[in-house]
Amino acid sequence: MKTLKGTVASLALSLGLATAAQAELSGTLKIFSDMSNPAPRAVMEGMAAEFDAMHPNLTVELTVIDREAYKTQIRNFLTANAPDVANWYAANRMRPYVSAGLFEDISDLWAEPEIADALASTKGAMTLDGKQWGVPYTYYQWGVYYREDIYNELGLEEPKDWETFKSNCQKILDSGRKCFTIGTKFLWTAGGWFDYLNMRTNGYDFHMALTNGEIAWTDDRVKQTFANWRELIDMGAFIDNHQSYSWQEALPFMVKGEAAAYLMGNFAVAPLREAGLGTDQLDFYQFPTINPDVELAEDAPTDTFHIPSGAQNKEAAREFLRFVVSADNQTKINSGAALGQLPVNSNSSVDDDEMLNQGFEMLSSNAPGGIAQFFDRDAPAEMASVAMEGFQEFMVFPDNLDDILNRLEKTRERVY
Amino acid sequence: MAEMKLAPGNGPETGSATALRSSQDSWLRRNRQTLAPLLFLAPGVIFFLFYVIFPILQSFNLSFYRWDGLGDPQFIGMENYRELMDDRAFEVSLWNNLKWLLLYLLAIPAGLFIALFLNQTVTGIRLYKSLFFFPFVISQVVVGLVFSWFYDPTFGLLNQVLGWVGLGPLNVLGDPTLVTYGIIAAGLWPQTAYCMILYLTGLNAVDPEQVEAARLDGAKGAKMLWYVIIPQLRPATFVAFVVTIIGALRSFDLISIMTNGGPFGSSRVLSFYMFEKALSEYGFRMGYGAAIAVVLFLIMLCFIAYFLWSMYQDDKGGR
Repeated sequence: MKTLKGTVASLALSLGLATAAQAELSGTLKIFSDMSNPAPRAVMEGMAAEFDAMHPNLTVELTVIDREAYKTQIRNFLTANAPDVANWYAANRMRPYVSAGLFEDISDLWAEPEIADALASTKGAMTLDGKQWGVPYTYYQWGVYYREDIYNELGLEEPKDWETFKSNCQKILDSGRKCFTIGTKFLWTAGGWFDYLNMRTNGYDFHMALTNGEIAWTDDRVKQTFANWRELIDMGAFIDNHQSYSWQEALPFMVKGEAAAYLMGNFAVAPLREAGLGTDQLDFYQFPTINPDVELAEDAPTDTFHIPSGAQNKEAAREFLRFVVSADNQTKINSGAALGQLPVNSNSSVDDDEMLNQGFEMLSSNAPGGIAQFFDRDAPAEMASVAMEGFQEFMVFPDNLDDILNRLEKTRERVY
Repeated sequence: MAEMKLAPGNGPETGSATALRSSQDSWLRRNRQTLAPLLFLAPGVIFFLFYVIFPILQSFNLSFYRWDGLGDPQFIGMENYRELMDDRAFEVSLWNNLKWLLLYLLAIPAGLFIALFLNQTVTGIRLYKSLFFFPFVISQVVVGLVFSWFYDPTFGLLNQVLGWVGLGPLNVLGDPTLVTYGIIAAGLWPQTAYCMILYLTGLNAVDPEQVEAARLDGAKGAKMLWYVIIPQLRPATFVAFVVTIIGALRSFDLISIMTNGGPFGSSRVLSFYMFEKALSEYGFRMGYGAAIAVVLFLIMLCFIAYFLWSMYQDDKGGR
């Protein structure tokens, strides 16, 4: 009997962990998801159906909630009626739920070699207080998307340093265009500019310390970041009236060629292509070096899956997370036909897309400083909202800087 | 039974049990006049207590706590209010609320003017009346969208028109000094229509004999309007005043649609600020939001008290 059990166990082991777990999983797996846009929704439904088919004794119940509504509903369902798996975001955005004990510590999953090795690049983003609280399923790069044809027409190269960045911009301005389009009505786009300028001026560690509230906003190094930003503002690099536009409303400026570039996440590529920009018109470059003494660091917001601590079927939930991050599934759900973003598993392959390839290359080999999540995910929500409002004001009235920084400093003293 | 009900005085003669019943009957009977209205009022009162009074008290209570909606609330006394005193965004919202209150009242004279203008019998007047009433029928969200296109700095109609008369481009919704006025103007459009319809119904009730008498006495034009028509429109004016004040204080949808509180918070009002602090994506400071709500409630309370008092006076006057 003993030997038989041993044989079965070793057989199961040899077939792989997934197969072993398959036989055991039963009951219901409740998933709440915020992937409500058409393409992500199809991905999520596909994953749920596939996982359901893999485990005959398990019923997968998927509830897709509108992405914006989800941000407030998660607070209710985590406390009252917890699903087994829920979507959320990485870094400090997890903080309220982690400190309230609503997310399950899944450091044990991260200790498994498949996950530990293949997902090493995002481990930092999933770690709070030395433990891991979820797994990522997709991320995307930020950077400068530009009109290749305009650059060619003016004889410009992709800038590698701050001087070229500015001299390029001056030539674009001289040709009667704006260098950058941006729409700051909903504030966060200005947070992207701050992230890059600050990480290039003061480095990743300083940026993280600032968003963690360890450095005063009135610090001279922060002022240096704003001084660099101001150089662009004073040149007139950004489109006028950007405070009235959303990020989507800022796209036409680039499509019509009135602005030459857009500092954005990779999700801007799809609407730009749909608006008619061809491959020879649209290209990507990494935000250039400003201070050569700091290493390049990038923004790459990561979307995640978590297990609420009130989950009923944690066994199945863990298995689902393993499935989500597995190399094959990652390749599949991040392909151009699905999410069109970057897979988190280093054994996955990236879809053959010009932008995704450049982004993958940049994030895996040219971001030695580190990978940040984005201003409003790295900083606590309250700090982020006040700060991003300040960034918008600075972009319109750069002279108000001291006043803005004092306000941010006051908020920092209260929030942390 | 029927006999007993008709003559409860028989009770004592027909035994103690019936006596008891009949005295109960008579208690119900004696208090019927008091009980019936109480019973009929009960559902309303219970719902009012549960859904209005109780939440108000709860908000008052919550404003003394620090609470993120997840963990345990922490009592901090007046700390939220102390912070409010020092909060520039709150100050801006308060001033904006005041601007809304004052400028929104323009809807009343504007509505009166249009109502007087439309109060005539020509062919198709019903159509004109409906057209003027139209903005009140469409959703505030649509009004907000239409006006934000109108104000759009690049292709908006406003700048086209300003261009014809040689005035520079104006980004109404992007300029912190103009933005609130721009949104109020958008709000006045449907509100004027509302006041207009109130006055149109009011004008129907104007006594033609009084107008005739005034005319015989030689009153016309502005004098007629001021001394004869407007006094008779007093009930309509009162209602227009009430709905306009309340409309101004609960202005939220237009701000949310047109500017989302921006640029940099300069078009926020108290209700919007409360929503941002307590319930939006970056919010969840329930205690602080509650404190803002309490301030807004106290402002509203001044008006509500005035309205109630004025209605009570009218009732007493037997009008």
